[in-house]
Amino acid sequence: MLNYTNKKVYERTALRINPVKTCQPVGAMYAALGVHRCLPHSHGSQGCCAFHRMFLTRHFKEPAMASSSSFTEGASVFGGGSNLKTAAKNIFDLYDPDIIAVHTTCLSETIGDDLNALITEMKIPEGKYIVHCNTPSYKGSHIDGYTNMVSGFINNLAEKGDETNGKICVFPGFVNPGDVREYKRLLNIMKIPFTMLPDTSGVMDSPMTGKFEMYPKGGTTIKEIKDIGNCTMSLALGLKASEPSAQVLEKKLKIPYKSLDLPMGVEATDKFIMTLQEITKEEIPYSIEEERGQLVDIMIDIHPYTYGKKAAIFGDPDTVLGITAFVLELGMIPKYVVTGTPGTDFVERANLLFKKFGVDGCIAKESGDLFLMHQWIKNEPVDLLIGGSYGKHIARAEDIPLVRMGFPIIDRYIHSYVPLVGYKGAMRMAEFITNALMDYQDSHCKEEDLEVVM
Amino acid sequence: MNVPIQTESDSKVLEDRKKSIIFKYEDGCTGKGIRCEVDSVSGAVSQRACVYCGARVVLNPITDAFHIVHGPIGCASYTWDIRGSLSSGEDLYRNSFSTDLREKDIIFGGERKLEAALEELINKYKPKLIFVYATCIVGVIGDDIDAVCKKFSDKYQIHVIPVKSPGFSGNKSTGYRMACNAIMQVLNTYKEQPKQKGINILGDYNLAGEMWIIKNYMKQIGIPVISTFTGDSNLESMKKASSASLNVVQCAGSSTYLANQMKDAMGIPYIKVSFFGLEDTTASLIHIAEALGDEKLREKAIIYCEKKQKELESTIEQYRKKLYGKKAAIYVGGGFKAISLIRQFNTLGIHTVVVGTQTGKKEDYEIIESIVEKDTVILDDANPSELETFMKERVVDILVGGVKERPLAYKMGIAFCDHNHERKHPLAGFEGVINFMKEINDSVNNPVWNYIRQ
Repeated sequence: MLNYTNKKVYERTALRINPVKTCQPVGAMYAALGVHRCLPHSHGSQGCCAFHRMFLTRHFKEPAMASSSSFTEGASVFGGGSNLKTAAKNIFDLYDPDIIAVHTTCLSETIGDDLNALITEMKIPEGKYIVHCNTPSYKGSHIDGYTNMVSGFINNLAEKGDETNGKICVFPGFVNPGDVREYKRLLNIMKIPFTMLPDTSGVMDSPMTGKFEMYPKGGTTIKEIKDIGNCTMSLALGLKASEPSAQVLEKKLKIPYKSLDLPMGVEATDKFIMTLQEITKEEIPYSIEEERGQLVDIMIDIHPYTYGKKAAIFGDPDTVLGITAFVLELGMIPKYVVTGTPGTDFVERANLLFKKFGVDGCIAKESGDLFLMHQWIKNEPVDLLIGGSYGKHIARAEDIPLVRMGFPIIDRYIHSYVPLVGYKGAMRMAEFITNALMDYQDSHCKEEDLEVVM
Repeated sequence: MNVPIQTESDSKVLEDRKKSIIFKYEDGCTGKGIRCEVDSVSGAVSQRACVYCGARVVLNPITDAFHIVHGPIGCASYTWDIRGSLSSGEDLYRNSFSTDLREKDIIFGGERKLEAALEELINKYKPKLIFVYATCIVGVIGDDIDAVCKKFSDKYQIHVIPVKSPGFSGNKSTGYRMACNAIMQVLNTYKEQPKQKGINILGDYNLAGEMWIIKNYMKQIGIPVISTFTGDSNLESMKKASSASLNVVQCAGSSTYLANQMKDAMGIPYIKVSFFGLEDTTASLIHIAEALGDEKLREKAIIYCEKKQKELESTIEQYRKKLYGKKAAIYVGGGFKAISLIRQFNTLGIHTVVVGTQTGKKEDYEIIESIVEKDTVILDDANPSELETFMKERVVDILVGGVKERPLAYKMGIAFCDHNHERKHPLAGFEGVINFMKEINDSVNNPVWNYIRQ
């Protein structure tokens, strides 16, 4: 497997091999699915929409409903305005969403369709909405697309009223529905009223009812989004995926924000909880203290197995940095830390973490790819891979266990229902990591070294 | 005769879509027909993909080719190693190569980046065969990939083949044709080989090793296989293709065009076959022997099929008992596969009550109409809401489809079998008959459905 990956690292300026990112529109589609009764709409060729739906379905194992402008040759020459008009009419007639969230593609961006102008000219049925955002596939990555769509909802819908609603607005970052549920659980325990935007829980992890729901129960409602302008503050979780939307909200409606790393591992979750505590000014409930204590107890139990183990971590920037922080807390060495998403502060922030824990020889890379990471591993191997399913080729080629965290995970199940964030999420990460290391030991040690008690 | 739909489901179907859906009204076939082979309606949640997708799925299984996607990253990410085609040799095709075009390339043109990528690739790997896929914006920004490919073919004396597949330039079928053109560009270099007795197998992609199963039958019967398109193929095998005396076309939708081209350029006649189901596999094997004009082979094929059928009899009877009277829906890519599936269901006593395809042709739909029972719904380019409406109305027990249909079926509490890229076992040939029955049974008769609380 992957015999073509040669050990000698050489510079590539033009060729991308085995990416750790994908394009903006799929992120926008995921964000839009987190709005109640919203149909994401892809303004481009039909394949984009089909690919994105397939990609999301493979990760979440849920239907991902979205429509397309279905560009033809004509549209690519004369512009996609009439396609969008027809599409909107058909969508409202047939699928009856409350809101259509339009995002662009590389094609509609390149031919210069002006969504704002096109939508302004449209006749939108009473009580229905069309929002939009620009997601040029040749800029940033799916993470930027996600952020741009969230900002699109704010730009198009959020309003300021006369008085505050006493809620905080939470931007969850590019995470699974299981993570969103964990945030909500913690916010509820802390008794903080909030609006989560977007809220993919109850949509991309909807329960089995024996009925197909085009629009499942979950998702932020339009009313809630409009009301975001009356929140007391916003909390951006994940600097890359959430902070830009918090900035948009601040700029547009003067809502102050605070941004945090994704609450993954002990310290980042501490910061999250402390921030919530600053808002409520109440004592932190014991149940949360208890969870934290359990997590640290677990980390002590497993530390002989994790200490000094080297890991290669790849995926989306916020998630990768969150995992990196946690493996450092476990005494492990995040030897290679790679994201495909461009953005220079990723490397700076990773380097800060390396420095803080005093680990040497670790490399962080933005705009990287898995081919390069594989070459590094060939030069200096690691004990563990942490990332999405596309790490499995390297895992197989180098006989390194792969712990699946992040996006996309298309060869396993259940991951989207349960969290990696919060103390509970960290317990799961700790379990995954130790199980992988110990399973590897069991299957690779000499027969006489096989131990029942570990 | 067949009538346009008029039931309670009427309101759930767009006016524009009604001619693409028919009911079989009474026995027999009128040939009045369904509207098919047209562009999707803008705004529809179509299950269809694009030109690039069609081209990529046909060419991807060529194991020792470098598949470079020229465009922004998405198209490369979504098609990275998802096809499930197996290789007995190289695994190069399981990597993802692209030019990952960025904003600056969109403004100044992407040709230089493509050239740089080709240089990097050729210098490091000494490839023999490279496919360069042009996605949506490549033509729009004015890149001349024909010229670039020719330049590199000449400079390095290797095959650098342009695959012009902008998503908007047609549908998936257009992509099949673009792929076939690309294959012909390779084959034309070697078209003067002396003829020998033996066949090429076209339109099988070796999903789950199906090509190997078919090749084994040929070996048993004594029919040499010269080359395969494109399952488990490589440049060396492609070079020999023109020496074959017969082309056997398995997936008619994707490869009839190639067969016609090879007939014109190399004088190789072709026949259409299907290796799905007992009836079609048997008929196809005998048909191939007949087409080769060898009476001895024909006898051997008949004896071989009889033996295989005998072996299967008791297993089929076992499953028939478990599955008799169930109702099935079919939604697959091409018409030929749908036809085979209906026949397989007929053998098992399963009623096909809904059947549709993404890219079926008029003549496919005529055959479908002639072999289904009265009241069956037939749809072209169906969208999820139509599938849902008709599956609910007809109280379907199992859906056979692809990745996007699986969660739809599950949400409705309907069993599912993937007959596309995610098939778990080979579904072709006599082995496939057993696997297919087993998969259908394992899903339909699984206890898990009993826990759904409506």
